[in-house]
Amino acid sequence: MTGKPAPIIEARGVEKSFGHTPALRGATIAVARGEILAVMGPSGSGKSTLLHCLAGILIPDEGEVWFDGSRLDTMPEGKRSDLRRDRFGFVFQFGQLVPELTAEENVALPLLLSGVRRGPALAEARPWFGRLGLDGLEGRRSGELSGGQAQRVALARGLVARPEVLFADEPTGSLDSMSGELVMRLLTAAVREQGTTVILVTHEARVAAYAGREVVVRDGMVGSLTEVAQ
Amino acid sequence: MLSGMSVPLTLLGLLEREPSHGYELKRDYDAFFGRGKPVSFGQVYGTLSRLARDGKAIAGPAEHGEGPERRRYVITEQGASDVERWLAEPAEPELHLQSVLFAKVVLALMLDRPAARYLDMQRAAHLARMRELTEQIQNGGVLDTVLADYGLYHMEADLRWIDHTAARLDMIAKAVHG
Repeated sequence: MTGKPAPIIEARGVEKSFGHTPALRGATIAVARGEILAVMGPSGSGKSTLLHCLAGILIPDEGEVWFDGSRLDTMPEGKRSDLRRDRFGFVFQFGQLVPELTAEENVALPLLLSGVRRGPALAEARPWFGRLGLDGLEGRRSGELSGGQAQRVALARGLVARPEVLFADEPTGSLDSMSGELVMRLLTAAVREQGTTVILVTHEARVAAYAGREVVVRDGMVGSLTEVAQ
Repeated sequence: MLSGMSVPLTLLGLLEREPSHGYELKRDYDAFFGRGKPVSFGQVYGTLSRLARDGKAIAGPAEHGEGPERRRYVITEQGASDVERWLAEPAEPELHLQSVLFAKVVLALMLDRPAARYLDMQRAAHLARMRELTEQIQNGGVLDTVLADYGLYHMEADLRWIDHTAARLDMIAKAVHG
């Protein structure tokens, strides 16, 4: 026993190629429950592929992915899909809100998809608007929101179902520095309060500095800077 | 937090705001500029006597009350024009850190030491400091944020240089070895 808590999510020797192009070449990483981990690396290094493998969106060619004691990469797609809906949250670079829905309906969407009735789902979504400085924008559609507002709505949507793990892929990538900082401050405050584990892919050091630890993906492999420095 | 050179001018600036006693200057300096690194009373009083000697401030008459004797300091025209000039001119862009990082990389390559590992360690050290500054932003007020931002943007620039250099180590090694 090392005294370290068991990781909630883990990749062991993960390999993944797209055609003949290898994206991951033996990536190994373990993330502790409640941890905010930044995954950094140059463009094309494989960091988003790693995120997608950890989230069960992509299946590795080789290696294993574990979530909370279960093997994710060998799980049937239906079960993996349920798990993504019920226990994972996602925030992407371009909010990716559903344009036909209001901001409030967008936030409530994960709850609606998991079978919560409309009334209770919207009631659950509403407090997020005050929390993320979005009061009064509940009825707007994504086209009527600024980039920073849309990204905060996307953040609320990612967290509304109280996921155990939030996967954030360049969540501030399309924002100016002030809006990006606000999103990161709100994100870290909310996940600390909920005890959510966060895997944050970013190429920006300022964003990574909100995480408790960072790793760097280079040539499809994961290196830990913190361990190198110690 | 401010470099040695700027303490006298900052104190002069505070005197321009209002005539003050030494202890008031220390209190205001620490609140606005010290940011966890307070200036000592000795440094404040030493600086005030030098400013008075150089004609940039005048010490008022000794005030007798409870406790030790106190003097209120007033800025002179010469002092005010020093402050004005200082605020109007840009500071020297500091290339000190860059030159240290540069020297370490070139020397490491010259001596066949692991330059990539050095850059990784530097990157980790920079990120650790950036994390501390980010923590300050999350827990502090507006002035803490403004000061921390200054550090964060500089370190971000260093990190870009580190990444860029790490990607070109082979090329640099060839240049170093001729």
